[in-house]
Amino acid sequence: MRVSVKKWFKNGDPWVWFNAGAVAISMVMVFGLLWLIASRGLVHFWAHDVMQAEVTAKNGDRYTIIGELVETVEVSADQLRDAGYSIPEDLEHLDRNLMKIGNRDISGTDFRWILARDFSNITYPEDIIVMERREWGNFYGYLNEVIENDQVVAEGDQAWPALQERLDRALDIYSQIHDIEKSDIGSINAGIERLRLQQRKLELEDRLTSQALADIEAERAALNAEYDGLQGRLIELYGLINRDKVRVQSMDGTQITVDLAKIVHAFQPNAMSIGDKIVFYIAKLYEFISDEPREANTEGGIFPAIFGTVLMVIIMSIIVTPFGVIAAVYLREYAHQGTMTRIIRIAVNNLAGVPSIVYGVFGLGFFIYFVGSGVDKAFFPEALPSPTFGTGGLLWASITLAILTLPVVIVATEEGLSRIPRSIREGSLALGATKAETLWRVILPMASPAMMTGVILAIARAAGEVAPLMLVGVVKLAPSLPLDGNYPYLHLDQKFMHLGFHIYDVGFQSPNVEAARPLVYATSFLLVAVIALLNLSAVAIRNRLREKYKALEM
Amino acid sequence: MTQDSNTENTNERSHGIDISSLQRSDNNLRLEDEKVALKVEDLRLSYGEKEALHGINMTIPQNRVTAFIGPSGCGKSTLLRCFNRMNDLVDGVNIQGKVLLEGSDIYDREVEVADLRRRVGMVFQKPNPFPKSIYENVAYGLRIQGINSKRVLDETVEWSLKSAALWDEVKDRLNDSALGLSGGQQQRLVIARTVAVKPEVLLLDEPASALDPLSTLKIEELIHQLKDDYTIVIVTHNMQQAARVSDYTAFMYMGDLIEFGNTDQLFTNPEKKQTEDYITGRYG
Repeated sequence: MRVSVKKWFKNGDPWVWFNAGAVAISMVMVFGLLWLIASRGLVHFWAHDVMQAEVTAKNGDRYTIIGELVETVEVSADQLRDAGYSIPEDLEHLDRNLMKIGNRDISGTDFRWILARDFSNITYPEDIIVMERREWGNFYGYLNEVIENDQVVAEGDQAWPALQERLDRALDIYSQIHDIEKSDIGSINAGIERLRLQQRKLELEDRLTSQALADIEAERAALNAEYDGLQGRLIELYGLINRDKVRVQSMDGTQITVDLAKIVHAFQPNAMSIGDKIVFYIAKLYEFISDEPREANTEGGIFPAIFGTVLMVIIMSIIVTPFGVIAAVYLREYAHQGTMTRIIRIAVNNLAGVPSIVYGVFGLGFFIYFVGSGVDKAFFPEALPSPTFGTGGLLWASITLAILTLPVVIVATEEGLSRIPRSIREGSLALGATKAETLWRVILPMASPAMMTGVILAIARAAGEVAPLMLVGVVKLAPSLPLDGNYPYLHLDQKFMHLGFHIYDVGFQSPNVEAARPLVYATSFLLVAVIALLNLSAVAIRNRLREKYKALEM
Repeated sequence: MTQDSNTENTNERSHGIDISSLQRSDNNLRLEDEKVALKVEDLRLSYGEKEALHGINMTIPQNRVTAFIGPSGCGKSTLLRCFNRMNDLVDGVNIQGKVLLEGSDIYDREVEVADLRRRVGMVFQKPNPFPKSIYENVAYGLRIQGINSKRVLDETVEWSLKSAALWDEVKDRLNDSALGLSGGQQQRLVIARTVAVKPEVLLLDEPASALDPLSTLKIEELIHQLKDDYTIVIVTHNMQQAARVSDYTAFMYMGDLIEFGNTDQLFTNPEKKQTEDYITGRYG
């Protein structure tokens, strides 16, 4: 027996099993992670059934509750006894349900923990409505009547169809108002600000002639006139949108009136079929990806964060690639391969190990305070004392991350350059090409897949980085996207939102922890998806290059 | 290589390669009567402390094929690489003496190495086409010189590929990757690429050692054809090959030129004992 075990070890099978086991564990961990964040995050957008139940309180009072069952956890009986519940001696654990009851404006809190044994008479009435509002979170309850200009126009069974019809109209008007406020008035504001800076600049340079001033005033007057026109249109639209209201009744009988202008969705989850729910789910998911956040980031979408992340990574890649490649070419092709080069190479490799927050501090100290304020003094004196580049922004964040990822690109490119066979270089030189021509025409194209590998690693690292960004330009809520229709279109000086920071912000800085939790998972899932997507596109480019420049079989 | 033999096997079998055409027609060539392409004067080369060439003196005749033979490490490749200053790329190399190309020293300070290499082309042991299309491989040398006229490029590519006896095989796929060619075709492509810049001297460093016999034969045939227009210097391990393709043969041993003369004479009636020992297989 002993001999056979020894033999078994000798033939290498245990190592194969060992390796396969390691791979399997890694796979389980990766898929487990994805499954966890996907399941916790994506389930949030499903239209869950809403339960109505009677609850017996600690003191014996009974009241009605309407809400979604979020989760059930086991709690120890001792803990509950301490909290004043009377629990039979033989019980050690009890189930406790987390109910999302919404109606924050009425009850002050939209989540509540209730012992499962206290529920009775659980029903799922089809006419319960859920309203997602722009303020105060969700409303759960019953629809009483629809009001137009203080006149009741529909009640009872007619109320629901009337609400839907009028809600569509309100949402349509809302999107018009949103467009005007965001883009039209936004560009007028940008224009007025530009004129102010122009005037200030002329003042500073002592060139503000009456003619120039008159021109500026004329332009400003034109913009103001345009603004007044839009303002009139807005007032009109606000009048239209505020026409309709609904009166609804919450679980405790309180009646409140809600403006249709404040409602995002209204639905009857218990009455929806599976098909309806799937359609609703897709709409919600799309809204999450394409909309702006609301309510301190705990509701609405995360589009600005996705946009900021992707844009920053792209700018970072544009900066880091040429720098890294040039550095690597010098180190590998031109520098004398001696002690100095070796020291530089070790230093570069060690840069990759510096904690990222240190880069953030460097970015803040060097780029923002030193370079940025210098740039402001030299090029934007008219905007001072408010800083243009002297504060965190897209450019500085991208450059900071570019420095952070530079070693990766250098190492990968050097690796690629060293793998190109000597015979190819000699072939080119023997045809009368200089070293530079050989590099440019043959070596660099052949090393391009390796460069792409470096860029892929850089993207993977940069997109997931949060700590340094908090110092150099990421904010909780950016008023506008860093890329828009106003000159100069790409606003490198603007602060921006980032998915990684968004996760941190929603998860740890949110006033409403329970509401934010699924969003943390959903945003994490999205961040992973965005990074995977960026990586996959870079991998696709690399594979094309590889195919084109596949090395000779040496 | 299989596609090479597939297409040509039948052809070769039925007609047979005319081996006699590979034999030098004139056996009575004398080195003294030839025009000089390259003149080597007391050329010494050392890698660091180690001297690899100990004062070589020789003349390479114009429009003839000169073969360098000798055992491994005798310095024949090193000498060849001196002719287009390929050794400059090696760290710590020290070269003394002169190599005269048309009377002027190629190691002179004034000489542009790139210009020199355009005049003295080189083909290496292993085929080393660039990972570009066949067309771009041949056009490479011209593009380096700044020639981008499509007409000139087209003409030169066609002419070069014809010179290298490759045109018929690749004329329909000039834009395919050169890496898709067989080893023998790749080597002929490299020759075409070198010929395209119209060098005066063609250096071949064991051009057939990585190829199968059939491709080797084709390369030898090609060398024979190119002789009319170029001065060819070939380094080879293979003595039969040297005997087949060259007019003159130089035997080198341990960094010295032992014997240099008419190929027939060197192989049939060597003057030096060392040469005789080598060609009769007593060492090497």
